[in-house]
Amino acid sequence: MLAGILDPYHYDFFTNGLLVATIAGGLCGLLGVFVVLRGMSYIGHGLSHAVFGGAAASAVMGLNYFVGAGIWGVTSGVIIGRIARRRLIGADAAIGVVTTASFAMGLALLNRYGQAKKSIEAVLFGSVLGVQTADIIAVLLVAIATALIVFGLYRHLLFATFDPEVAQVSGVSVAWVEGLLMGMLSLTILVTMRVIGTLLISALLVIPASVARMLTNSFSRMLWISPVVGATSAFIGMNLAYHLDTSASATIILVGTLQFIVVYAVSGLRGRSRIAHIHHV
Amino acid sequence: MTAEILVECAHITCAYDSTVAVHDAHVTIHRGDFVGIVGPSGSGKTTLLKAILGAVKPIEGHVTKKPGLRMGYVPQVESVDWNFPVTVLEVMAMTRTSGRFFPRITTHERDEALVVLDRLGLGGLENRHIRELSGGQQQRVFVARALFHKPELLVLDEPTSGVDVRTRHEVLHLLADLHDDGVSIVLTTHDLNGLASHLPRMVCMNKSVVADGAPIDVLNSEVLERTYGAPMEVLIHEGMPIVLDHGGDNLARRLGELSEVEK
Repeated sequence: MLAGILDPYHYDFFTNGLLVATIAGGLCGLLGVFVVLRGMSYIGHGLSHAVFGGAAASAVMGLNYFVGAGIWGVTSGVIIGRIARRRLIGADAAIGVVTTASFAMGLALLNRYGQAKKSIEAVLFGSVLGVQTADIIAVLLVAIATALIVFGLYRHLLFATFDPEVAQVSGVSVAWVEGLLMGMLSLTILVTMRVIGTLLISALLVIPASVARMLTNSFSRMLWISPVVGATSAFIGMNLAYHLDTSASATIILVGTLQFIVVYAVSGLRGRSRIAHIHHV
Repeated sequence: MTAEILVECAHITCAYDSTVAVHDAHVTIHRGDFVGIVGPSGSGKTTLLKAILGAVKPIEGHVTKKPGLRMGYVPQVESVDWNFPVTVLEVMAMTRTSGRFFPRITTHERDEALVVLDRLGLGGLENRHIRELSGGQQQRVFVARALFHKPELLVLDEPTSGVDVRTRHEVLHLLADLHDDGVSIVLTTHDLNGLASHLPRMVCMNKSVVADGAPIDVLNSEVLERTYGAPMEVLIHEGMPIVLDHGGDNLARRLGELSEVEK
């Protein structure tokens, strides 16, 4: 039985994939706290789709993936900001227009010049088989940098997230903090997309933070619960995927969703018993 | 009057895109002032407040502040998500950002915060989640957060909007106490009788400044007509001006006439 469980660990592709997915789970969980509390879930989702356009363009033009997708992602972010600033169109609609256009552009480019089907699947679901040492190092570096920034600039990030108006007046550059968050988000998407795919990134940015939010009323506790939930979802999901012969991304998302459902049910009960307690007093 | 000038808005014009919110407004805030800015919705009173804070840059004119002026800003209670996962103490501590690069709240910060909370009647609530507070307590947490920085000028946006009469009295007394302690105060309000007429000075805004002075001098039918664009009458009761809004009377009369017809 134990030998069966340890079976996949004989393969380098699995241990590499497991390592990257687990770090990515923790990283997305950490950033997800800000994404969820700022009501930016759609941006994470949108950005990962926008980067797909850049990835496709760089593949077709023979450019380095990180350069092409990176430039494309930043450009999409700037265009979204421009459109949203005119106020006539809300930020959510601006994100919808720019990121779907970007995704469609990538799709069309691959249809015309590349191997569309294979690439699209790789982008949506990622490919844990093809993890290289460079991928592991990139994800690890971004994770360390993000953790250092979140820990070091804790109060700035918290203040700008809770009350941007007063933070601005109190001398916190909210635009700078938002740029920093978007930058970290884009980098995270960039280094994880090839491995775990856009669908999983969107899910890992939202599910662990939502689970953490239901478990605690403390921002600082959310900052460690959410990465732990993200990392364990990825770790368990990867192992299950091997044994059940299912897609790694889909299995990781389902493990996360299961945690969400359990915590939702339990915290609902707890909330109800709290209310009952108040009535008794 | 020779009190030190804290903020001077010199003939400022502010605009969002192509919509002018404030036009050629000139307002000076001195040390020791307790000023209420009044005006109808869209009259630019919040924009003027933001210009004083430095959050809105005028497209004409300029805002000059006393160098090193410490300001505390109390926004409207609805401006944040009260389900946000923080405690009362964390709301205060997060504002100390300069030179603080780590999450931990120091003992010194904690002690300082507790003094302010006690003063505002929030003692013992420091570890409560902000969602568990009443509306009046949430308002006072915002004031406590602003006071945590020992401001010389306290700026409040609609501090009594949406609160009941008792909470309004509490807020007024709290502000009066702070003013007695030497804090200068500027606020916006819709509440002419409940708040503005109790202050030593009021500024009537309708894009530009219509009148600026003590309520007893400023509150008259002509100024109110120019500020609100509607006829209003002013009664003096025990030395206090009280504004009567005829719109309501007319409506009552009209409804009265209608019910006469029905009979």
